Amino acid sequence: MSLPGWKQIPLGAVILKPGNSVEYKTGEWRTLRPEINQEKCIRCRTCWMFCPEGAILEVEEPYKTQAGKEYRLTYKVNYDHCKGCGICANECPVKAITMIEEAI
Amino acid sequence: MGKVLPLGGNYAVAYAVKACKPDVITAYPISPQTTIVERLSEFVANGELDAEFLHVESEHSALSVAIGAAAAGARTYSATCSQGLALMNELLYIMSHVRLPMVLTIVARALSAPINIWNDHSDFMSVIDSGWIMMMSASNQEAYDEIMLAYRIAEDPRVLLPVITSMDGYIQSHVVEPVEVVDDEDVISFAPKRKSWVTLDPDKPVTMGAVGDPNWYFEFQRQLWEAMKESRAVFDEAVAEFSKKFGRDYSAIETYKLDDAEVAIVGMGSFMGTIKAYVDRARKNGVKVGTLRVKLYRPFPSEDIVRALSNVKLVGVMDRALVPGSPTGGFLHSDVACAVRQAGLDVKTLGYIAGLGGKLLTMDNVKQMVDILLKYKDVKEVPKEPFFIGVRE
Amino acid sequence: MSKPLTVWDLPKDEFLAPGHRMCQGCAAAITIRHILKAAGKDVIVVMPTCCGEITSTVYPQTAWRVPWIHVAFENAAAVASGVSAAIEALKRKGEIPEEKDIKVIAIGGDGGTFDIGFQALSGTLERGDNVLYVCYDNEAYMNTGIQRSGATPLGAWTTTTPVGKVWRGEWRPKKRKDLIAIAIAHNVPYAATANPAFPVDLYTKVKKALSIKGPKLIHVLSTCVPGWRIEPEKAVEIAKLAVLTGMWINYEYENGVYRVTTPVPKRKPVSVYLRLQGRFRHLTDEDIKKIQELVDADVERINKLVGKQVIGPVES
Repeated sequence: MSLPGWKQIPLGAVILKPGNSVEYKTGEWRTLRPEINQEKCIRCRTCWMFCPEGAILEVEEPYKTQAGKEYRLTYKVNYDHCKGCGICANECPVKAITMIEEAI
Repeated sequence: MGKVLPLGGNYAVAYAVKACKPDVITAYPISPQTTIVERLSEFVANGELDAEFLHVESEHSALSVAIGAAAAGARTYSATCSQGLALMNELLYIMSHVRLPMVLTIVARALSAPINIWNDHSDFMSVIDSGWIMMMSASNQEAYDEIMLAYRIAEDPRVLLPVITSMDGYIQSHVVEPVEVVDDEDVISFAPKRKSWVTLDPDKPVTMGAVGDPNWYFEFQRQLWEAMKESRAVFDEAVAEFSKKFGRDYSAIETYKLDDAEVAIVGMGSFMGTIKAYVDRARKNGVKVGTLRVKLYRPFPSEDIVRALSNVKLVGVMDRALVPGSPTGGFLHSDVACAVRQAGLDVKTLGYIAGLGGKLLTMDNVKQMVDILLKYKDVKEVPKEPFFIGVRE
Repeated sequence: MSKPLTVWDLPKDEFLAPGHRMCQGCAAAITIRHILKAAGKDVIVVMPTCCGEITSTVYPQTAWRVPWIHVAFENAAAVASGVSAAIEALKRKGEIPEEKDIKVIAIGGDGGTFDIGFQALSGTLERGDNVLYVCYDNEAYMNTGIQRSGATPLGAWTTTTPVGKVWRGEWRPKKRKDLIAIAIAHNVPYAATANPAFPVDLYTKVKKALSIKGPKLIHVLSTCVPGWRIEPEKAVEIAKLAVLTGMWINYEYENGVYRVTTPVPKRKPVSVYLRLQGRFRHLTDEDIKKIQELVDADVERINKLVGKQVIGPVES
C-alpha cells in the first residue's frame, strides 16, 4: 500500500477523523478469546464496564434461557478489537465467560 | 489617524498588541521584556483590552498556555528573552510544527553564563531553526509595526506559522523614541483575526499533536519547509499593503548606500543605525562603503541579499551572538556566506563578533570594522576566523 | 444527598474508540473510558506525554472521539489552562456561544504529574483555572519501560530500582508524596481519589468535579500489566485488592469536608495485594511488615480526616 505524500495530508499531523483507530484491528493481538455463555450470563454489565477496549457490546437483543428467563439485552464480544486480556472472564460474578485458546 | 507618542520599545509593542486584540496573553517576567506585559496587564486591568491574562509560573508554561489557547481558536501573545526563551525551547518547535499561529516578542538579551541581562542576539539566534518566522526591528516604530505585520502573516491560511518579532534589549526596549501609534481600528483592519482552519471544537473533534512515526514524520517537516517558503510572498504582500495604508516602508532587508560600494557591513538590529551614520562620515572621506540590515531572518532573504551585494568586493558580517566551533563564529555570517556562494557570486565575506552581553558598541568600533574591510578588500584570501570587536585582549 | 449511582447509570456512549494500542488489560484504558462517559461530548482533553497518549494517537489514527491535544511531557496542566482561557475569552467575545458548556480535562500519568509536570500543575491549581486534572498513577515511568518515579511505592522493583545485593527495589522509606493533600493545599474546591475497579465511583466523581467551576484534581490508581508484573486478567482484581487492603483509599474532599466513598470495615493484610505482583516478589516478611505499618498509619490519618473509623482494622 502506498501512503499519501506530504501535499495530500492535513497540516501539522492533525487527525480529522475522530475515533478512526477502529480501523486498526487489535483483535490480532489475542491468544485467548472470551466466549460468553448466554445461558449463564445474568446481564449484570460487569464485563462491559471493565473492558479496557470497550469491546464488550451491549446489544438490544432479547434472549430467553432454556430455564425460561427472559432478557432484553445480550452481551457480545467485538472480536475485531478484543485483545484477549481476560478481565471480563476474571470479573464475571457467575463465571459465564470462558477464555479459549485461539487456533493458530 | 494615530498620534505620535514618546515610547520605549516595550511600551510601543504593548500598544500594538493591545490594538491587535489578542484573546489570551500569557507571560512570565524577565528583564528586559517585563514592561511589555506590565503595560498589557494595565490595559487589561483598566478594561482597555478584553483578554484573558494568565500569570503563569514559568516561560515554559507561558508557551504551553499559548499553544492550548491557540489550538482552541484564540489569538495569542507572549513576550520573553534570554533564559526565558531557552526555557520555552521545546515548545517553540511544537507550536510551529502543529502549525499554530501566534506572536511572540523577543527583547534580545544575552544568554547565561555569566548571567547577563544586557543586549546581544544570543537568544534570538538560538531559535533560528525552530520553524518560526523571525524578524528583528531597528527602531521602536518598527518594533511597533512588526506586531501587526506579524499577526497578519501568521494567521494567513498560506502560512499558519507562529512569528517572532524582536528588538534590542534596553537599547530599544527602554529608550524612548517618537512612535506613531495608529488608531486601534486601523490596526485591526490591517490585521483582523482570521479563524484557523482547525480548532479544538467539540462539534468537530480533531486530534492535535499525534505520534508521527517514520512513515509520517518527515512528510510534516516537508510541509513546514513549504509553508516557510510561502510565507515570504505573504510578508511582501503585507509590507506593501502596510506601506499603502500607513506610509512606512519595510522590506526583508534594508540597504544603505550599496549601489557603488566596494565594501559593506551586514548586520541586524538597532546598532545598524550607528553604522549608517559612520557610512555617511566615511563617504565624506571617499570610502566606498555601504551597509545592509537583515530585518526578516526566517525565511532568510537570500535572493535580496545577493542582489544587494552583487557588486561589492568584500562584505563584513557582524554577528551579535557567538556560535562556538562553527565555521564562521556567527549564524548570520554563515547564512550570508552561504547565500553568496549558492548564487555563485564572486564576493568575499569575513565576520565580526561584536557587542556581546551589552558591551558598548561605538563609532570607533565601526571604524575598526570598516578598516578591516579596507585592509582585505583586494586580498585574495581573507581571514576565516571572526574578528572580535571590542573585546579586551 | 442524591441517590448513589449504579452501573446502569453509566452511559453507553464510548468516546474512546477501540483500536487504541494500550496494553492488554490496561487499567488506564478503563479509567479513560469512564472519564469520557462522565464528561460527555462537550469536552476538550489535554494529555501530556504518557502511555495513554502515545497509544491512542498513532498517526493517522486516533482513538479520541472528542477534541484532544498533546503538546509535551511537563505541561498538560498549562495547556489545559490555555484551552480554558481561550474558551473563556471567546465566549465573552461571542465566538463561542455563552450557553455552550465545554469542559477541559487534562489526563496524565504519574511521571507527568508527580514529577516533570508538577510545576505546571501547581500553576493551574493556584490560579484557579477551570480545569479538571486527572492523574492515572501506575507508579512508575511505564511508557519508557518501567523506571522509578516520584510515585513509586516502597519496595517496588523498577528498571531503575532493581533488586540486587545492595538495593531491594524502591528505597524511599516513607509513603510517597500525597497528591491530594498537595492539591488541597492549593485551596481547590474538589479533590478525590478513584480506582478502576470502582468505575461507578470514578464516574460519579468526574461528574461532580465537572459540575464545579475552578481547578479540580482526581488521582486514580492504575494497575499496569507489564510494569507491575501481573497477569492481564488480574488488573481489576488487584486494583480492588488495593482498596480492600487500604493500600489505596477511595475518598473525596469537597469544600473542607472529607468523605470515604468506599468504606472498608475489615481490611485484608497488604500481603494479599503485594504477593500477586512480580514487582514485589523479592519482599521479605520484614519488608511487608514495614509496608503494612505505612498503610496502617495512612488509614489512621484518613479516618481522622473523616472523623470516624470508615476503614477498619486488618482482619485476623
